[in-house]
Amino acid sequence: MPKTSELNPPRIIVEGVRKTYTLRHTQSFKETFVAWIRRKKTSTSFQALNGIDITVGDSEAIALLGYNGSGKSTLLKLVSGVLRPDAGRILTRGRVAGLIEVGAGFHPDLSGRENVYLNAAILGMSKDEIDARFDEIVEFSEIGEFIDTEVKHYSSGMFVRLAFSVAIHTELDILLVDEVLAVGDAPFREKCKTKIREIVAAGKTLFIVSHDLGMVSDLCSRGIVLRRGEMVFDGAIGDAITTLKASTR
Amino acid sequence: MSKPDSVDLSAFSVPGSGRGILDVFSYGYLLRLLVRKGILTRYHGSVLGWAWSYVKPTAQFFIYYVVMGVFLDLSRGIEAFPIYLFSGIVVVNLFNEAFGNATKSIVNNKALVKKIYLPRELFPIADVFIAFVHFLPQLSILIVVCLIFGWVPTFVQLAGALLAIFIVLLIATGLGLLFGSINVSYRDSQNLVELILMFATWTSPVLYSFTMVRDKLPTWAFDLYMLNPLTSAVELFHSAFWFPTTSEAAERPEHLWFFAGISVVVALVVLLIGQFVFRKLEGRFAQDL
Repeated sequence: MPKTSELNPPRIIVEGVRKTYTLRHTQSFKETFVAWIRRKKTSTSFQALNGIDITVGDSEAIALLGYNGSGKSTLLKLVSGVLRPDAGRILTRGRVAGLIEVGAGFHPDLSGRENVYLNAAILGMSKDEIDARFDEIVEFSEIGEFIDTEVKHYSSGMFVRLAFSVAIHTELDILLVDEVLAVGDAPFREKCKTKIREIVAAGKTLFIVSHDLGMVSDLCSRGIVLRRGEMVFDGAIGDAITTLKASTR
Repeated sequence: MSKPDSVDLSAFSVPGSGRGILDVFSYGYLLRLLVRKGILTRYHGSVLGWAWSYVKPTAQFFIYYVVMGVFLDLSRGIEAFPIYLFSGIVVVNLFNEAFGNATKSIVNNKALVKKIYLPRELFPIADVFIAFVHFLPQLSILIVVCLIFGWVPTFVQLAGALLAIFIVLLIATGLGLLFGSINVSYRDSQNLVELILMFATWTSPVLYSFTMVRDKLPTWAFDLYMLNPLTSAVELFHSAFWFPTTSEAAERPEHLWFFAGISVVVALVVLLIGQFVFRKLEGRFAQDL
């Protein structure tokens, strides 16, 4: 049984969610027309998620486990609103921030400072909120004096540190993390983990996708195992990892 | 598992559902940053930088002037032909830039559209604003040239110019939403738009006078020609910039304000259609890109 607080309503409700991808084989009007004339199929469908029910409460840290193609990232994208479910419904309460792709909104020709503002705004922060947290973001990223340098001159490590730092400092109630914790060197990863623990301790909800089982068992209390779009386990993280290891792709 | 029906759902929201264009206003700060980014990075790495915004329209003007005015002698009967030409070209340039960029905006912002939920209307609308900012240097050249030729516009003429800009931006936004959302699945859309943009210069009285069209076409066809929102925008610009620099003996189109009013209505309808189609297709953006 998931631990949902008796007093507070849940943060995320996933109810009977199904997601089917339609893979189109035609890329233009012409191809569509030719395929239609030849009575070939213009698309095939692929069931990415089927009948998923999850309720997540306040200050829960949940790990979404599964092998490649199990539908983890799809589920995370559905919760973030990037994708829409084909059936069922998803409801969220509060601000959702996604650490889904580090640096998706970064522009190489802009300085680090400008990128911080741009990305924080993309993640839903207002100017005042960014102003208030700017120093904290720069300090966490360890970029220091290079903050006014164009991002294209950054090393890849600097780039991800800054991007991650922006994302983790956004004002949020629900944090979605997809495979991005594998960034930076060991000391920085350690720092990120500490920060994430702080976020959970502050009563925020964490929804994390990762193949790094060691880190997941460290950060999360509850695990959900997906296999080929079906939910096969929902419970304590230790048992979830055991279930995952016993299952096949 | 707790039954979702048993809890109060009023505080919940459905991720990825928005109010379309209306949501863009609540993301005003991000819109400003996106426009700023577009402007800052536009001429990045070029020596002349923003000077290109002056060089390009000037070069374009000279080509049209030499071919149309000198070789084809279209300037016959049009007083102050260079100003006539330029005041029309800037309007069409604004339209082409805004519409063309808005069409490609979703595809160009692929990385963001696929990863983070934002009201996607932000991207085409930011591109329309960026096009407007790039229109300002051209407008300033036009104003300087007009002032040299003793330009004293009336208040009504200036209001007409503002209305023209409004019409062009509105219709470019509507068409940009429409073709931009189709462009995600079918890249044919952006090629079709290039074709439309090519026509835009010639189907409005930029390089010739509207009287030449009126004298050749039957009345109904000419009315249709005048209903083109770009035609009324171009003619409003002619009235505001070119007309006051001439002896004011030239013929102006009849009922220009009436046609401008219709253009506003047409632009609003196009915007509604664009938004409707955009919202219909938006659900597939992240998986089709």
